[in-house]
Amino acid sequence: MREAEEDEPMLYDLLIGPFAEFDFMRRALVGIMALSVSGAPIGVFLMLRRMSLTGDAMAHAILPGAAIGYLVAGFSLPAMTLGGLAAGFAVALAAGAVARLTVMKEDASLAAFYLISLALGVTIVSLRGSAVDLFHVLFGNVLALDNDVLVLLASVATLSLLTLAALYRPLVMECVDPGFLRSVSRSGGVVHLTFLALVVLNLVAGFHALGTLLAVGLMMLPAAAARFWTADITRLILLATAFGMVSGYAGLVVSYSAGSNLPAGPAIILAAGALYLGSLLLGSQGGLARRLLPAAHLQR
Amino acid sequence: MPAIRLANLTLGYDRHPAVHHLSGEIAQGSLTAIVGPNGAGKSTLLKGIAGALSPLDGGLTLSKGKRLAYLPQSADLDRSFPIHVYDLVAMGLWGQAGIFGRIGLGSKGKVEAAIAAVGLTGFERRPIGALSGGQMQRALFARLLLQDADIILLDEPFTAIDARTTADLLALVQRWHGENRTVVAVLHDIETVRRAFPQTLLLARETVAWGETARVLTPENLLKARRMVEAFDSHAPACEREAA
Repeated sequence: MREAEEDEPMLYDLLIGPFAEFDFMRRALVGIMALSVSGAPIGVFLMLRRMSLTGDAMAHAILPGAAIGYLVAGFSLPAMTLGGLAAGFAVALAAGAVARLTVMKEDASLAAFYLISLALGVTIVSLRGSAVDLFHVLFGNVLALDNDVLVLLASVATLSLLTLAALYRPLVMECVDPGFLRSVSRSGGVVHLTFLALVVLNLVAGFHALGTLLAVGLMMLPAAAARFWTADITRLILLATAFGMVSGYAGLVVSYSAGSNLPAGPAIILAAGALYLGSLLLGSQGGLARRLLPAAHLQR
Repeated sequence: MPAIRLANLTLGYDRHPAVHHLSGEIAQGSLTAIVGPNGAGKSTLLKGIAGALSPLDGGLTLSKGKRLAYLPQSADLDRSFPIHVYDLVAMGLWGQAGIFGRIGLGSKGKVEAAIAAVGLTGFERRPIGALSGGQMQRALFARLLLQDADIILLDEPFTAIDARTTADLLALVQRWHGENRTVVAVLHDIETVRRAFPQTLLLARETVAWGETARVLTPENLLKARRMVEAFDSHAPACEREAA
């Protein structure tokens, strides 16, 4: 009995206390939840379309645009958002055009563009800012989300979910059987471009909270982890979203408990990474344990 | 009124013709096989009719207001995508439902009927990745059934498929023929063509023979077709021949 009485306040202090006590923790939690709700489903489609690396490349591509916004206006939300969106769209379209018009495959041309973008972005930020600013741009600062950023994250989440709902049918068809969609409808190109726009939008939103290097993590890791548990697209999306939220919460709690030694952004991605590794080992759909442990013949 | 009319049609890739100077008609409600050696341009012709490839030259007319369905040879279908057989087949309802249209109870019955017609009842909730090659082809035929098309184009539909499945799917093709739909299929099994297809187009980059199957598939014509493709030189100068 005594133990239980002691346990409860401890658990409360650990799991709920930080959010009850500190405004910045609540804001961080709200921001991460908004990011998970829209980022995870988009991550699922990126993964199923074998565009995981495209997502990664586009996350880096945002940097020089945001950096130019920073150079012009300092840490201004509208300037850095607009700059990031412009750079993201430009690289997505340029990589597609290079792939179509030259011998370069799309993945190679994306890699080329994102390396250039990353170097360019770091250079531009360093021109004016300090090492602290650079760290902020690269890894974000999820514990310093102000009202404007929260409104941006929530708007992006809302817009993304509404768009995904509207495009769901052709988007799934475009993933499963693009040839068939082409034979019955001309919407394939529009669907693909709209989807890319959603990716850029969510990466820019994630950029404000987690920085350019980690923004894509909250998109891809929950999706990849969820794939080890289900072979149904609807459940995959729901599970990935839940994984994203759990990672966000766990990362914040762990980072808070560890004091200032563990920055919150990386802690969140590490939590998502732990979920991924756990799923990889134990997952019911092609997880390693199922593969390696002897199963009775024909047993699933 | 023919379902499909070709007028001196030339099709190809990167401006290199793969089939040229095709002229003729495919009658409404006819059942036509396209046969010919490898590289004869059979798939290219089907792609052209399906509208997936623009003619380099000449004309291609489909009779107006007809729905067209096309089953390519190796569908660029992602079989690892986590989707059930039911949902794959239900894609055939696109023509009626579009992006937002409701797939209601009546449609549910239609999907189930199509799945039953291809003998896949009980497989509705299976992921498509778990299907065998023959079962996959059955599912794709169920989708074709739902498309309810007037013109149906099949590219090598029975390749690498077991005999039982081939017989079942061939019966569906016959059923479509009986419903006065126009069916055009690229096939390589001459025996199947002789048995089941009244009309044949023998192709070797151009028309070798076109008409009733028995008159087209003579030993002389088949030999001629093979020679024509073997003699084809990909470095030959561009086609100079005037329209026939």
